[in-house]
Amino acid sequence: MIPIAWYLALSGILFSIGVAAFLIKRNIITVFMSIELMLNAVNLSFVAFSRNWSQITGHLQVSGQIFVFFVMVVAAAEAAVGLAIIIAVFRARNTLNVDQVDLMKL
Amino acid sequence: MHLALFIIFGALCVAGALNLLFQRHPINSALSLIVVMSSLAVLYLLLGAEFLAAAQVIVYSGAIMVLFTFVIMLLNAGEEQRTHGSKMAYFAGVPGAAILVSLLTFIFLSNRGNFAQARIGDYIASTGDLSRVLFRDLLLPFEVTSVLILIAILGAVALARKEH
Amino acid sequence: METGFVPFVIISIVKIIVVVVILLMAVAYTVLLERKVVGRIQNRWGPSRVGPFGLLQPLVDGAKLFLKEDLMPLAVYRPLYIIAPMIALGCALMSIAVVPFGANITYHGVDLFQITDVNIGLLVILGITSIGVYGIALSGWSSNNKYSLLGSLRASAQVISYELALGLSLVGVVMRAGTFSLRDIVNVQATHGLISWNFFGGFQFVAFFIYLMAAYAETNRAPFDLPEAESELTAGYHTEYSSMKFAMFFMAEYANMITVGCVATLLFFGGWSSPFGHLFDGVLTGIAAKAVLPVFWFVLKVFFFLFLYIWVRGTLPRFRYDQLMGFGWKFLVPVAIGNIVVTSLWMGIFLPVQ
Repeated sequence: MIPIAWYLALSGILFSIGVAAFLIKRNIITVFMSIELMLNAVNLSFVAFSRNWSQITGHLQVSGQIFVFFVMVVAAAEAAVGLAIIIAVFRARNTLNVDQVDLMKL
Repeated sequence: MHLALFIIFGALCVAGALNLLFQRHPINSALSLIVVMSSLAVLYLLLGAEFLAAAQVIVYSGAIMVLFTFVIMLLNAGEEQRTHGSKMAYFAGVPGAAILVSLLTFIFLSNRGNFAQARIGDYIASTGDLSRVLFRDLLLPFEVTSVLILIAILGAVALARKEH
Repeated sequence: METGFVPFVIISIVKIIVVVVILLMAVAYTVLLERKVVGRIQNRWGPSRVGPFGLLQPLVDGAKLFLKEDLMPLAVYRPLYIIAPMIALGCALMSIAVVPFGANITYHGVDLFQITDVNIGLLVILGITSIGVYGIALSGWSSNNKYSLLGSLRASAQVISYELALGLSLVGVVMRAGTFSLRDIVNVQATHGLISWNFFGGFQFVAFFIYLMAAYAETNRAPFDLPEAESELTAGYHTEYSSMKFAMFFMAEYANMITVGCVATLLFFGGWSSPFGHLFDGVLTGIAAKAVLPVFWFVLKVFFFLFLYIWVRGTLPRFRYDQLMGFGWKFLVPVAIGNIVVTSLWMGIFLPVQ
């Protein structure tokens, strides 16, 4: 028997580590991966809440899991487009460091 | 045994996330993220979401992270260099994340009486349960998502194309 | 009866040990089978000196691979160089955990002929295949060799392209069975012998051929073995590997072949069910008939698929890379989607409402 609050706390910890990585890291790809980490943390909290609601109402509730399904799809689409943008930026600036691509002027 | 599984895979999640933060080479960060996603799949199984666990492994670990790994390999990303922005980021990022984690953990753990206890084996959501909701009540969002993926494919192909 | 914890653990450990040992022996002898069959297709003997009919050849090969020098070039990225073959071999051996190779016989509540029956068995196999891409991708990159990198990128692009066709071709089977559990998929086909198999009575022959072609591309074999062909790109992603690590890639390839054969028999050819159905049920009774005969049928069908793999390899020429990718995306995926549409229409119109 695991209290669902522990799952939520774990999701909070993962989310904060994602925020820290997003702010600290200087490589574009790693920044993008920290966004995926944040999305995964939120997915965990959705599934935990869906389970919580099932236990409260007494029969199976799947709305949280359906939402996770949609988040996965959107994250996949976003990863594809984001990585294409990163490739385009690399072709133009020839660097992957966020500090060197922070101006619109080359 | 349920507790042992939760602690092992929860610790793996946190260790992988911290490894993503502390590694300098992006390929190591990518592999740590794969570890995090696979451990999250096990946690979904503990919460009774079996289709989501399989989808997490197939979609996230097996497709999205492969995409990331390809880009890291193709662009030959090297180790990170310390540039002028990173010092500022340390001063803003580390306290910010620390505040966030303590706030969230405090709120969740102090309200833990309002949440239930999860036992393994109860309320297992089979694929049929998910499909019944997805294809009857939420058919329109499902179809719109397919259009979204199509647009993402077109966008990715158009953006990554070589200029002539 | 309620399953006790201790019998469950003990029987599971015994099952795992037996199945893994048999699988590794099968991998070794599949290598021998391939060399002999390809040799016969090319009108020569194959290995025939070591032991009768060359049957001790795998043992001698194993000893040779063990004793070879294990080179590690200086500039490789060491952690990934060592982990990549382990990922490849691990994923190749894991899929056997959800495969039911015998009838539904339980002992103290524990299923004897399947290591574990999960509700999402088929998705587990797809997931393990998806993770197996990393073995290829990371090995090429960590070798610090341009040709290895190109070979591994081509091979992983091929694998992820055909994964889609593979997954779509299985949807028809899942629709007919109504579940992802492999035990239940086989039980649906075990009712009337030959005609209730998914290939014949379930009308999934198109899906079967799509699955077969996608699986040949997934395992980098037969007409789709461009990444590891001898005349291409200096042996592709395992150029820089020697002795034990190369042996792991080699074993992973043949273990994947066996897994594909197992999954094909389970999904399309009735798994452990006999083609005669219940016609000869009264002839042989007793524990031998009920326990051993289904395993015999399963092994026979998997052996047929391995033979088919090797037969196709010895017969057909290789695809070029652009032909390969075009075939996967522009032909197999639309045909697989067409199969799903036709199957669901047929089930919607002709089957009674459930």
